[in-house]
Amino acid sequence: MTALSALIRRDIRIALRVGGGALIGVLFFLTVTVLMPFAVGPDLALLTRLGPAILWLGALLASLLTLDRLFMADHEDGSLDLIVMSRTPLELACAAKALAHWLAAGLPLIVATPVLGLLLNLDGTATLAVALTLLAGTPALTFTGMIGAALAVTLHRGGLLLAVLVLPLSIPVLIFGVAASQAAITGPLSFGTPFSILCALSLVSFVVGPFAAAASLRHGLD
Amino acid sequence: MMRLSGKDLRCVRGGREVFAGLGFAAPSGEALAITGPNGSGKTSLLRVIAGLLVPSEGSITLDGGEAELTVAEQAHYLGHRDALKPGLSVLENLSFWRDFLGGEADDVGQCLTSVSLDHATHLPAAYLSAGQRRRLSIARLLVVRRPVWLLDEPTSALDTKGQDVFVGLMRDHLTRGGIVIAATHTPLGIDATEMRMRAAP
Repeated sequence: MTALSALIRRDIRIALRVGGGALIGVLFFLTVTVLMPFAVGPDLALLTRLGPAILWLGALLASLLTLDRLFMADHEDGSLDLIVMSRTPLELACAAKALAHWLAAGLPLIVATPVLGLLLNLDGTATLAVALTLLAGTPALTFTGMIGAALAVTLHRGGLLLAVLVLPLSIPVLIFGVAASQAAITGPLSFGTPFSILCALSLVSFVVGPFAAAASLRHGLD
Repeated sequence: MMRLSGKDLRCVRGGREVFAGLGFAAPSGEALAITGPNGSGKTSLLRVIAGLLVPSEGSITLDGGEAELTVAEQAHYLGHRDALKPGLSVLENLSFWRDFLGGEADDVGQCLTSVSLDHATHLPAAYLSAGQRRRLSIARLLVVRRPVWLLDEPTSALDTKGQDVFVGLMRDHLTRGGIVIAATHTPLGIDATEMRMRAAP
């Protein structure tokens, strides 16, 4: 347990220091969302309708942006060798790393959502719905993205490959995340149905992600 | 009394056979120096022992170790790369490895003193010189006890004083019944059985 909490604390600390990845995601999220009203035009009704989708796309791309460093940095400086050799099961270490990444890079996106919702003319309920779906859905993005990060670890410039590998896996999360938000705003579906599926996707990714990532790390080391 | 041994090891990397039919044995309290020209498979052998490469044939056993742990879990690996995070301080780097590796641990400050880095505890690792980075990696071997040390060119980047200190540390490790396996081009400075790798065909 000490080992895992040490790993989580170290990763969060690195992400929050200068040059870490935590702020980059939020800044990217901010940029995408701020630019969108300028591109779409000052049609408030249209912005409200597109709002949840824009926020979800922004969050999805922002969480992909920093994900390629998840194992790459540890591989480059040799830490990954020691993590693989250690007495901590690699699956748990992978899960701890993903959790730390989500806490440092995913959680700030959710905190920023209410502010950005204002720019997209979303009212309180809608913003809350989007924030809630992001809270339930972004862990799934991190934990499935981790599989891609583990596959791309030995490749130079694996960032693009990561996006290609991970995007298909994140499509269901995107669909049900936006569907749940829309349901809360306009109906006619109930919020609960797509939201439960979103939670289920996250839970599945908690199980599959660490095992798949650990397997591909073990296989890919040289 | 422990004994680390490998039998009939064969390693293939990138479709090329690096070595085959290789065996070695290192009882506790003894050092094994792996020598040989570049590309003869010294690092590959260390990584096979560390469990980071899977040998295509053969096996590695540690007799007298803890039965429920693998060889890798009872070994320290000091590779070419230092496993340090530039954004974290010297102290944070070492404390992390102590907490993460677990097991019998020593005081971090004392280990930094033994590699003469105690004046730089709060300096970010980014500002360390190559020799200081190496010293910090060596401190990792001390902060958590592991019976087997796998060292890849351990004295590279160290100044003569640092090399003397490291020789002393290896000697202490051996007198405590540890095992040292080092890939090296320069003499280790301690009594070691030499195992010469042949250049790959």
